[in-house]
Amino acid sequence: MAELRVVIVGAGPAGVRAAQACVEAGVRPTVIDESGTSGGQIYRRQPAQFTRPYKALYGFEAGKAKAIHCTFDDLVPHLDYRPNTLAWNVSPGVLHCVQGEVAEALPFDALILATGATDRLLPVRGWTMAGCYSLGAAQIALKAQACAIGRRVVFLGTGPLLYLISYQYAAAGVDVAAVLDTSPFLGQLNALGPMAARPTLLAKGIYYRAQLLLRGVPVHTSVTPLAIDGDDGVAAVRFRSGRGQEEQLACDAVGMGFHLRSETQLADLARCDFTFDPDLGQWVPQVDADGRGSTSGVYLAGDGARVLGADAAEISGELAALAALSDLGLDVSTSRIDKLRRRQRRMETFRRGLATAFPWPAELARAVADDVLLCRCEAITAGQLREAAASQGAPEVNRAKALVRVGMGRCQGRFCGAAAAEVLAEVRGDALEQVGRLRGQAPVKPLAMTTRQEEKA
Amino acid sequence: MTADTDVDVIVVGGGLMGTSAAFFLRQRGYSVTLLERGLVGQQASGVNFGNVRRQGRPLEQLPLANRSREIWNRLPALLGEDCEFLPCGQLRICYDADAAQNVERYAHDARDYGLELELLGPTALRARYPYIGHDALLGSLGPQDGHANPRLLTPAFARAAVREGAAVIENTEVLAIERQGDGFEVNTTRRAGPHNNSSTTYRGAAILITSGAWAGAMAARLGEPVPLVARGPQMGVTEPLPYRVEPSIGVKSDLPGQTVYLRQVSRGNIVFGGGYRNDVDLEAIRAYPAPEYTLHQLPLMARVLPAMAKAHIIRTWSGIEGYLPDNLPIMGESAKVSGVFYAFGFSGAGFQIGPGVGDVMAELIATGRTSTPIDSFHIRRFATTE
Repeated sequence: MAELRVVIVGAGPAGVRAAQACVEAGVRPTVIDESGTSGGQIYRRQPAQFTRPYKALYGFEAGKAKAIHCTFDDLVPHLDYRPNTLAWNVSPGVLHCVQGEVAEALPFDALILATGATDRLLPVRGWTMAGCYSLGAAQIALKAQACAIGRRVVFLGTGPLLYLISYQYAAAGVDVAAVLDTSPFLGQLNALGPMAARPTLLAKGIYYRAQLLLRGVPVHTSVTPLAIDGDDGVAAVRFRSGRGQEEQLACDAVGMGFHLRSETQLADLARCDFTFDPDLGQWVPQVDADGRGSTSGVYLAGDGARVLGADAAEISGELAALAALSDLGLDVSTSRIDKLRRRQRRMETFRRGLATAFPWPAELARAVADDVLLCRCEAITAGQLREAAASQGAPEVNRAKALVRVGMGRCQGRFCGAAAAEVLAEVRGDALEQVGRLRGQAPVKPLAMTTRQEEKA
Repeated sequence: MTADTDVDVIVVGGGLMGTSAAFFLRQRGYSVTLLERGLVGQQASGVNFGNVRRQGRPLEQLPLANRSREIWNRLPALLGEDCEFLPCGQLRICYDADAAQNVERYAHDARDYGLELELLGPTALRARYPYIGHDALLGSLGPQDGHANPRLLTPAFARAAVREGAAVIENTEVLAIERQGDGFEVNTTRRAGPHNNSSTTYRGAAILITSGAWAGAMAARLGEPVPLVARGPQMGVTEPLPYRVEPSIGVKSDLPGQTVYLRQVSRGNIVFGGGYRNDVDLEAIRAYPAPEYTLHQLPLMARVLPAMAKAHIIRTWSGIEGYLPDNLPIMGESAKVSGVFYAFGFSGAGFQIGPGVGDVMAELIATGRTSTPIDSFHIRRFATTE
């Protein structure tokens, strides 16, 4: 039998478990990872010369982090492991990668995309000022570099990460001025039912919240963010409280995020069909219960397919690999698959609870003031988008992009696309789904002009 | 259902040719309905490089290109916007003696057609454009030409046509064109929205087919098959860089895959294209650039602009263009069905002449003749003897 060519993109929890399942089945997969070390964002490793213990870095998740790290380290001899490598494009049956300046085309029989997620952002007046970070970036600074994003920090947004990171900062001794949650507290209580599908995780969420209280960190819910103020960087956050009062909090940094969004560009370039998920208000790649995409030979796992968190990512990584191996003709235990599917379903219930507890504040995105920057890369304001949509006609987001450049810059709409779609839908009086989604275009991340094709030996 | 009005002209295909023809037909007082399968300007008209270039075109295209160039000057008056047209020069450079000889000869011949080109030897080229790689042998500058934003031009023509009274109907695919009495019936189906898949019949006295790469199938159904091939250009853009490069620059080469072109927009990004074209699927409607062709372009561009080597590519795209074996378009009235007109197959070079094509097709339909010669583009050149 010819050697099966399985390529896995991403070495976070989903990618690691996918690689493990392949190796166990006697297949030597190629693992592509943008990072220099495995673990993904959630279990990102600290630099080699740092010595903080697992418990200090990962808290409750220390055991899982260690398990993922050790599993991968043991797998490395059985893998074609390529760290510091960007998968920049996909063509039928071929993944296109670049490491340093050298590009290489990797033909595959199965491609498992475990590309993770990034913060879902919402433009707030002043959000592009120095001192504004995404929640994910704030966490990376702390976890990888043992740095805080500021001396006195406000965390703004919604979702479980908001509380986790606020807690991590407070625990690390940073002055957390406040946690500003756009979601109502009542909604969080109402979602306790479905979230009880994962009691330990729910308990951790409650623990973080209690710890913030104990440390005297004010937590405001039902908040409307008004502006991030400052002349030469962040000086304060202004917001309207749930009671309708306008308040200002002095701070020198803001961590902001409204839950996460799947990184789906490779799935898009691999020509997978997408489907609109009304719970999330996001377009996500269409997958079956095991992670098969609509394109034959392409599988999706982890937060890159559905934002379900690290534990679910481990399950879906294994499931996707088993689906790929089974499709390639290998024997895969059906009872193993059934068990994984059952566990995955619980994760789904919890996810729906999360979406209820921490809803994406679409109304805030739709109400972004005309003079606020919507697209950071191309410096396009919400008003410019509204004006073009009204006067030139843009029935969907790609036409809006062509007319005013929203989502045309370096990030390719990964950070402005969600809000831009809301603004456009609002102008048109359409449902969000009607305005479609930005088509992905290569390269997935900027590609150096000095990139050269690998010389064939 | 049947649309309740008969119009003078039904335009099939809302690219640059169709929308500009609709606009100029309205200016001549003709009633027009334009039918577009998707959104106007979504295919070749919207994804091309944006070159407003006359030099290098076959000499017999120059009268049309000149007529179009004059319209480019009037865009703000006609459309209410300039579509980012920068008449900052269009420069062809070459690296080998054979190409240089061709470029010199072209500059000489083009003069008879009213196109003045300025030839720049290596020293003059370096003095004028110090950022161009020093191994260029010769430059040929069309000082009146330049570049514009193709994403804006076709929608702008469509809006202007609507302002003038044309009906521009998007998301409507033409299924059949039937002769009916003195005119034609066009059967369509809706491709989006609440009335998806509903059919409508439109009636018109004349038909103008401007459906680009998809026009070949329509001409074949009317009994005039043409050897039209669909190809995908390979386009891309860098991150914004300090604005330095004024002219639109193209490499003239007779070697396969060595032709690249680039232009810097005033906000700083460098748009590029060239190299090889890939196969595309007309059914899929979406075209993807070939990753290996993108990589092939990178050193070619760094040779033109060495400073570009420090930049990054942030986006690539392709599209679906219709090519004919002689790289000339098909323009004029059908040889088989009177009342049917064609303007398609611009073979990757339709952007600059687009406004002129719309103008000349409107003239042809309205008056039965054109003041600009287009006879060498007639469909009869592909007629097979039966």
